[in-house]
Amino acid sequence: MVEFALPKNSRVTRGRHYPAVEGATRTKTFKVYRYDPEGTENPRWDTYEVDLDKCGPMVLDVLFYIKNNMDPSLAFRRSCREGVCGSCAMNIGGRNTLACTHGWEEVPGKDVQISPLPHMPVVKDLVPDMTLFYAQYASIEPWLHTETPEPQKEWVQSPEDREKLDGLYECILCACCSTSCPSYWWNQEKYLGPAALLHAYRWLVDSRDEATGDRLDYLEDPFKLYRCHTIMNCAQVCPKGLNPAKAIQEVKKMLVDRVV
Amino acid sequence: MVSYRTPLSRARGLGSAKHGVGHWISERVSSVALIPLTLWAVFGVLRLAAGDYDFAVAWISEPLNAVLVVLTLGISFWHMHSGFRVIIEDYIHITLNKSALLLINLFVCVLAGALAIFSILKVALGGA
Repeated sequence: MVEFALPKNSRVTRGRHYPAVEGATRTKTFKVYRYDPEGTENPRWDTYEVDLDKCGPMVLDVLFYIKNNMDPSLAFRRSCREGVCGSCAMNIGGRNTLACTHGWEEVPGKDVQISPLPHMPVVKDLVPDMTLFYAQYASIEPWLHTETPEPQKEWVQSPEDREKLDGLYECILCACCSTSCPSYWWNQEKYLGPAALLHAYRWLVDSRDEATGDRLDYLEDPFKLYRCHTIMNCAQVCPKGLNPAKAIQEVKKMLVDRVV
Repeated sequence: MVSYRTPLSRARGLGSAKHGVGHWISERVSSVALIPLTLWAVFGVLRLAAGDYDFAVAWISEPLNAVLVVLTLGISFWHMHSGFRVIIEDYIHITLNKSALLLINLFVCVLAGALAIFSILKVALGGA
């Protein structure tokens, strides 16, 4: 049965409070999820009063401010700080997004709550374990499959066919979509999730690929593909503005084309 | 227990069932069929509510009405079975519970559908 409540040892407790530094005039409270699976304590919400005058506009700037000035033990992933790498995906104000491209002023409400991507195993604090997510991406074999002997130069593609990959190739695999999807929460082990399925479609629609049938065979499964019930959370949260739900719908249409 | 299965093996699981498109199409086709049938059924029920018992028997005995009522009920229970099946698969993960619920779903829907259809036919053919 799906568990709607957290098990006892996962209930989030009230954590420590870190007041603002003296002399701060403009402050905002950030409530951050803290957890160390190697310890014995339950997860907790730590609250930080951040001096807004000393801190940049993005949520990632706030996390850096906290780590550098208030609490060096806070763990989070980040790399490019400009929405290209997808490392800093997390749940901010109840919505999955990238901390680096999301301004704290955009978050509604008085306090800003920050937690790791939902329904993923936690490595520490805001760092989720992405192993299965990446393996699901690998399972759709995201590379060109061909049997025709390699051409002298490149595999050519018309500009029109190349355009079909727009809105798909931009995906940075941040997992905001998959971890916002209730179907993925309940059936993570069997459902591939919106990110992997968007990439599956990216190869299905590629005019140069010769394994379309095999790819469709792999996807035609009550769980791998058809757990998508067009909930559309994926399209709502995608920080790159992509629409995985539409890509999944296109895969479903291709499967219908095969039999009708 | 520590599992040494590789992540890829976990992601691939038992592989593809290579079916699902039939169920998906049948859900859509039954939904589309139910739009006119349900509208017609509402109209039918309003007419029946206005008349007496003999009128209802006569109405159901008309071939077109009898067939449409049978189709409305049959397709509704078929559609209901598809829908509940998906809900059970979504939320129930313990194999025994899942199998039991899937069986109950099938049996209840078939039984209710068969009873409904038989009742309509009895009135339509026998003039109860």
